[in-house]
Amino acid sequence: MQREIYLDNSATTRPYDAVIDYINDINRETYGNASSLHTKGIEAEKIIKAARQKIADTMKVDSKEIIFTSGGTESNNLAILGYLEANPRKGKHIITSSIEHPSVLEVFKYLQGKGYKVDFINVNQEGIIQIEELRQKITKETALISIMLVNNEIGSIQPLEDIVRARNELNREAVLHVDAVQAYGKIAILPKKSGIEMLTVSSHKIHGPKGVGALYVDKNIRIKPVLHGGGQESLLRSGTENVPGIGGFGMSAEMIHISREESYQRMENLRNLFIDSLNKRLDRFTIISPEHALPYILNISFGDLRSEVLLHHLEEKGIFVSTGSACSSRKSIHSHVLKAIGIKSCDIEGAIRFSFSAFNTEQEIIDTVETMKEIVPKISVTRKGR
Amino acid sequence: MMKNVILVRCGEIILKGLNRPVFESKLISNMKKSLYGLGKIDVIKSQSRIYIEPQDGNYDFETAMNRLSKVFGIVSVSPVWKIDTDFETIKEHALKMVGDLVDRMGYKTFKVETKRGNKRFPMESPEISRELGAHILNNFHSLSVDVNNPDFILYVEVRESSYIYSEIIPANGGMPLGTNGKAMLLLSGGIDSPVAGWMIAKRGVELEAVHFYSYPYTSERAKEKVIELTRILSAYCSEIKLHVVPFTEFQLEINEKCPQDEMTIIMRRAMMMIAEKIAEKSGALALITGESVGQVASQTLHSLAATNAVVHMPVFRPLIGMDKNEVIDIARKIDTFETSILPYEDCCTVFVAKHPKTKPQIKRIEQSESKLDWDTLMNNAIENTEVLTITPNKS
Repeated sequence: MQREIYLDNSATTRPYDAVIDYINDINRETYGNASSLHTKGIEAEKIIKAARQKIADTMKVDSKEIIFTSGGTESNNLAILGYLEANPRKGKHIITSSIEHPSVLEVFKYLQGKGYKVDFINVNQEGIIQIEELRQKITKETALISIMLVNNEIGSIQPLEDIVRARNELNREAVLHVDAVQAYGKIAILPKKSGIEMLTVSSHKIHGPKGVGALYVDKNIRIKPVLHGGGQESLLRSGTENVPGIGGFGMSAEMIHISREESYQRMENLRNLFIDSLNKRLDRFTIISPEHALPYILNISFGDLRSEVLLHHLEEKGIFVSTGSACSSRKSIHSHVLKAIGIKSCDIEGAIRFSFSAFNTEQEIIDTVETMKEIVPKISVTRKGR
Repeated sequence: MMKNVILVRCGEIILKGLNRPVFESKLISNMKKSLYGLGKIDVIKSQSRIYIEPQDGNYDFETAMNRLSKVFGIVSVSPVWKIDTDFETIKEHALKMVGDLVDRMGYKTFKVETKRGNKRFPMESPEISRELGAHILNNFHSLSVDVNNPDFILYVEVRESSYIYSEIIPANGGMPLGTNGKAMLLLSGGIDSPVAGWMIAKRGVELEAVHFYSYPYTSERAKEKVIELTRILSAYCSEIKLHVVPFTEFQLEINEKCPQDEMTIIMRRAMMMIAEKIAEKSGALALITGESVGQVASQTLHSLAATNAVVHMPVFRPLIGMDKNEVIDIARKIDTFETSILPYEDCCTVFVAKHPKTKPQIKRIEQSESKLDWDTLMNNAIENTEVLTITPNKS
């Protein structure tokens, strides 16, 4: 088998082996419907209960404040739509940033069409939202502020304390929703202590199964469901519970938090090793990720070559990464995040995102840089032509 | 006794003279191939029609008719009830069929059309229609006759046995596949080339396809897309050999050694030559491309002449005089459009000049080409070609 170096962990991660085994066990043995009255149902319910407790523990909240969903997108939708639906009198103004994930941005655009006043706060070159601008936008009419903790493309970390302080000083009634999909399991998140009312997390970014996520909702906050039906998850998320997925999510959340700080340290080392080796081996590249970004995500532009070409060349060598732009023969679709932090369009076309996980090793980083040293000069030639 | 059968109407092959049996037997063998796996059938020829009689009661008629409607040489198909040639029996079953149509479709008006092939039958066609119509009117008071624009027509054919039906599903006509040799289609993944291939296949020409693959400059998905397009086409052709030619090395050489504005034209000349070589090896007698005059820089008359100059085989360009919209209409009809517009094809335009030559001079092009080790590049590409045999999805 060809070697496989997986550096696309912000897209998704490989599940822990123990999680895969646990999910298989649940599928085979505990296949009951958690709502059934018989033993099979009660066993399934126990799995969900344990998982809910584990996830609540990782953020030091009450397990009643955790709602399981199908993933980050659904959690974001439920938080924003569900809160506004339940609190129509809190005002018709909502605020987010310009570098959010589409599952927030698109919900905001949808609400804009429905008559909400919507503000998208700009970010600086480091990918950090302009706190002054935020302060100017918050009014008595502001019902909700939704900000992502870690950006999925460049890894910038938003200053939660400053955001919460601004909110507290200007409109204590406005609720704060945080999309923590990229941050969860990597940095400590304590919503109660920080003053966050709602928090989105996802399983498959932390070596859990796909198709599961959760939303933390402070027990003093009322939301309404987006999916209607059998009334599972305290009436807030109907649909038969994904018992194997939830069980696997609980286990991966527990596992990633056991070694969270140690992993963070390792990722810093890997990222620094990566940058140092690149500096020694290649001359023309620009680091797009800000200096104080989450070390799990490193976005680099190789300027005059097209990122997708580099991606496929790396893929051929068993190295899997992601690009900052998808290009087709008709048009290039550039990343809204890279545009927002002021990256020139030629650099966006050459942008590659390397994202790490605890499964990656120093040797893999060294091998990747060696491979890039071979490939990059070769494919830079292709644009001379004349 | 009533039997469900499928009535198949053949197109222009019935106009053939002495060699008609050759076309007919090819058509029947293509039909059998397309119905393979659905269960045992009897095939009965009768003048310009072919009847398919399943031996098994649970035959999947819908799938069968859908597959048959893609067999070239067939003009239309109908689900038909085969009954005894006896007027009382015909009346009884006509009522049953009409009752079902009225319940299911809510039809209000109708007419009866009769063909009498069996001249020993005592009633003549107009009389049969009239009597049957009256019988239906007597039994369904919600129905009335409309001879000009009826909601449905009840067809009655009186032959050795009799047949009644109302539904006619149009097919594509054309000639039975395999009655007109084989041609090699240059398949890019865009909208045009699958349509071009389909149009030639419709005339009974067997297809093989060649695709030029620039991995890792294009995505693996680009290849998957071409395989998918070939699979859609194969529903009309029963199977297609797809030759995937690794073209990256050739492109890199052209890119490095030739002027940028000549790249496209030199690339296309190389593709034509490689396609012809592969065609010769597989016994194909012609090339097919999706070119249309003036659509892009490489499809001006000058460019077409320059690409045509490198091959000896006839090159079929069935779309040559068509507008894009006309091509898209066919692409939708044959089901390739949705796949063609997926964005993976020739992703990353590294190999395309911003302003390619629209009036290339063959002399100058040949001069540029002389800088390349043409034979080695061709042989490498051909030797490393991957051949896939693509068959339709069974549904």
